[in-house]
Amino acid sequence: MKKALSQFAFYAGLILVWQGLAIAKIWPPYIFPTPLGVLESLVTGFKDHTFWIGIAVSMKRMAIGYSISAVLGIILGLLLVVNKFLEETVGRLVVSLQSLPSLCWLPLAILWFGLSENAILFVVVMGSLLSITISTETGLRNVPRIYSMAGRNLGAGRFQLYFHVLLPASLPHLLTGLKQGWAFAWRSLIAGEMIFVTLGLGQLLMMGRDLDDINEVVAVMVLIVAIGFVTDALFFRIIERSIQRKWGLLPAA
Amino acid sequence: MNFENFSAHFRAFHGRLAGFGFQSPPILIGGRGRAASDPFREHAPVRAGEIKISLQGVSRNYANEQGAHLVALQDISLDVRSGEFLCIVGPSGCGKSTLLHLIAGLDKPSGGEILLNGRRVSSPGPDRILIFQDHGLFPWLTVRQNVEFGLRMKGTSKQELRERARHFLQLVQLSQFSDSYIHQLSGGMRQRVALARSLAMQPDVLLMDEPFAALDAQTRDLLHDELERVWRETGQTIIFVTHNVREAARLGDRIVVLSFRPGRIKSEFQVELPRPRHMEDPRVVQVAGQVMDELRGEIQKSIESEFRHEESA
Repeated sequence: MKKALSQFAFYAGLILVWQGLAIAKIWPPYIFPTPLGVLESLVTGFKDHTFWIGIAVSMKRMAIGYSISAVLGIILGLLLVVNKFLEETVGRLVVSLQSLPSLCWLPLAILWFGLSENAILFVVVMGSLLSITISTETGLRNVPRIYSMAGRNLGAGRFQLYFHVLLPASLPHLLTGLKQGWAFAWRSLIAGEMIFVTLGLGQLLMMGRDLDDINEVVAVMVLIVAIGFVTDALFFRIIERSIQRKWGLLPAA
Repeated sequence: MNFENFSAHFRAFHGRLAGFGFQSPPILIGGRGRAASDPFREHAPVRAGEIKISLQGVSRNYANEQGAHLVALQDISLDVRSGEFLCIVGPSGCGKSTLLHLIAGLDKPSGGEILLNGRRVSSPGPDRILIFQDHGLFPWLTVRQNVEFGLRMKGTSKQELRERARHFLQLVQLSQFSDSYIHQLSGGMRQRVALARSLAMQPDVLLMDEPFAALDAQTRDLLHDELERVWRETGQTIIFVTHNVREAARLGDRIVVLSFRPGRIKSEFQVELPRPRHMEDPRVVQVAGQVMDELRGEIQKSIESEFRHEESA
């Protein structure tokens, strides 16, 4: 309750200062958006369905791209732990490739897939796959030895050990990777959508710029942040809480 | 005698038990025969049974970080009889845990052979279950799911899983905690879950690696009573490793003393005191004293080695 109150006070203050600056007219209105203008943009955007469509298109791409990279990333991470050769070859490559900003994959993707849906998906997958792979791998490697000994001791075979002991044991770590992967995927998607034009929130953002509509630009930015926040609260935080409850991991301080 | 009778007997027994603060006389269950319909094997307590485990000239060497050769265990030959409660004591670093890991099949000997029921041991198997000092329970599973784990790996039917988990949780008196998670339990309760998880596998041999070392004295005393009771009821063969001579004298039919580096069998004690025993019993204290006399020199060596290690580090 106290937390909600201080958060409310903070945002109310922020908007007040913002509105104050807008009234002071230090900058011309086409450079400096107003809270009311942004609100108006949001309302029109939703009313004429452009925002709904943008959200739906972007979320659909996220759903497909992120699912692919979550599944592939976990499998790849497992393989790196299982196989020494893969670890020394592909494992090193994965770490070095992670230094590549995901947008760098876009030219390649366009040459391969053309200006298509698949090119965007490719960028989303490449943006999040590697971080999920790496966190799966480190999660598995950091499982305390006693769990694998206990598992073998109780008769778990090689496969059973991975699926019933090592993967669940690395879940807290894995979840951090999945969360980070989601954020990376979301960023890659919006960036990709900004560069080549097909519906989606990234395109709405660029459209705002093309029309010199600063209010729409900020409105879409607010939307992007809000969606990131909501998925985190609705999805990841619920899983995180359940893990903390089971494992007795209390958040520090 | 069938299972229903057995449970009823048990509940009645637990009723009494509460009033006694665990110190009730042991009950012996059943004869040696069993009905084919019994869901659980009933072990008759066997004292001088056939040889269950035989170690023949077992050794284990390691190379340490500097590449130096380290002999953890040397030429260990030992027979453990069915139903025997064997305690192994030794100073820290004498290879006690290594010995259990070898028997469990989690580690391989550098030389010699380990036979279980006359067959050579080469990998972990459900016939030998190890209980770790820090329990090794899975935090992502409930107490009941932990107890069911080994059986699930074997592909036991769901109904039997439930039945057996219920039975063994009752045996360690944790029925009302079956849906709790591990972190919600006290240290003593965790070890009891680990015991139930191991017993549920109905192993031939129970290997215990200083299971009570991290517990406070009162909890440990209670768990001694409980372990002794469970052992008498199941007739399990137990190999119990500890550095605590009093614990060994309290629990063991026989005590084996290991020497410090290389770990060799230094001496053996037969403990023929009546059960149930108590930690404070002067006869237990006396046996512990004798074992301690054997052990003292080894402990000295162990401590000196640690000092040397620190100086050189």
